[in-house]
Amino acid sequence: MSSSAPTAELHAAAPDDTVAGLPRLLAGVHGERALTLSEHVSVHGELPTVAGGGRSRSRARSRRLIEEVEASGLRGCGGGGFPAGTKLRSVAAARGRPVVVVNAVEAEPPSSKDRTLLELAPHLVLDGAVLAAEALGADEAVVAIGEHAGGSAASAYAAIEERSHGGEHGRVALTLASVAGGYVAGQESALISGLEGREALPTFTPPLPFERGLRRRPTLVNNAETLAHLALIARHGAGWFRRLGTEAHPGSTLLTLSGPVAYPGVYEIEAGASLTSLIDAAGGTTAGVRGVLTGGYAGSWAPAAAIDELMLSREQLAGAGASFGAGIVVLLSAETCPVAETSRLARWLAGESARQCGPCVHGLDAISGAVEAVAAGAREQPSAQRLRTLSSLAAGRGACAHPDGAVRVIASALRAFAPEFEDHSRGGPCERCRAASELPLPHRAGRRATGRP
Amino acid sequence: MSRRVRVNPIACEAHGICAELLPERVTLDEWGYPIVDERTLHGEELEHARRAARACPTLALLLERERSRTAAS
Repeated sequence: MSSSAPTAELHAAAPDDTVAGLPRLLAGVHGERALTLSEHVSVHGELPTVAGGGRSRSRARSRRLIEEVEASGLRGCGGGGFPAGTKLRSVAAARGRPVVVVNAVEAEPPSSKDRTLLELAPHLVLDGAVLAAEALGADEAVVAIGEHAGGSAASAYAAIEERSHGGEHGRVALTLASVAGGYVAGQESALISGLEGREALPTFTPPLPFERGLRRRPTLVNNAETLAHLALIARHGAGWFRRLGTEAHPGSTLLTLSGPVAYPGVYEIEAGASLTSLIDAAGGTTAGVRGVLTGGYAGSWAPAAAIDELMLSREQLAGAGASFGAGIVVLLSAETCPVAETSRLARWLAGESARQCGPCVHGLDAISGAVEAVAAGAREQPSAQRLRTLSSLAAGRGACAHPDGAVRVIASALRAFAPEFEDHSRGGPCERCRAASELPLPHRAGRRATGRP
Repeated sequence: MSRRVRVNPIACEAHGICAELLPERVTLDEWGYPIVDERTLHGEELEHARRAARACPTLALLLERERSRTAAS
């Protein structure tokens, strides 16, 4: 169960203390040290066999694992939420020897769940990579981490070393690769470009990575948490997985909670748990709350009044007009100005465009300018209709979904904080506009200043 | 086989020739980038689309065979 140290990044709490069977992914984790291979095996048991024992038997076991993942209802935990079983099956059906990529780049600034998982339970992620690789007949899996991987890099490296010394997984070659890049670097096609030594920028599709990805091979790109869940489904089955969570979002899930709570950090909860139970597990709020961002910087804002109603599963959040994304919850305190925060976020998102697609470059820049004009109470302000037009010109017209996500999060802020935007539009900046940004908006060194016309 | 036009937004540099040669399917946004009607092309639209695709200086206008797009996260 949960760690009590206020500085600990990690909390594996069952929100109402009555949920049996939690934690799953973080089982056995104590403090800030990674589980060793032998500790990992004593907590979770040996890695099940997929390959080996003759071709027909190994093929049958591969098929069974893919079926089990399909039956479990597991979906990608990196933000897209694509069914994990369908993706496995697509790669299995593609021509050529596949390769597996573990996506632990985690480019969302308010997210740290993949880093935390890789740092503390690296062998569970590696198990998932090995099992997926074996089910696909792949002999290679690459763990891709980002520039800000912190302790997860050393932990993943040590875990890979530990396994190769044990000789346990000669069957799948595991490697670690670091991918530099900004917000869009975690996008699948961008990640593959980065792994191939080019800039980590999205490419035009098709082909999608499952058809032709890393070194032109069919490539399974899965989020680190997704593969950790897969490693448990392979051990315990789809029925076990579904004992927690909702019908549409089964299992447990990692969430990164930040904002004015006593213990911000990464929590493993049952999917569908209430946001209030998560806040309680984090020791409650330490200041007034103005609003909540779910899903990250491609997600959506809700006003503080909605906090009591939000349930943390994909379909329940979507039904409430919010989003689950990569399991991110940011509480915005009443100490800051939501209009100023939105204005800075819009400018940051425009800056994080890969600058490859005209509608994204121009659209996000124009939207950001429009939000800034409203926030400043400028003499000339865009109409609501103008903002809608700009949104429709940017969304859906890039090679990746960055403009779509940016438009969604900004539009949701305009709705959630409508009274505040109205005040700024009439009266200009408020006294809280000068408060330091609560949203993490990292400045990237070496950001390319060049771009499209 | 049914076909439709699609833009490669990375390759497109807003020359705007597509909107001249295929006005029935392409309009330009306020920055000069094409907004494309991706529904199936019929009759002489197909010939106009071929000409527009050939004329694009960056080969960003694509004539695609229709197929169900596979979504992936």
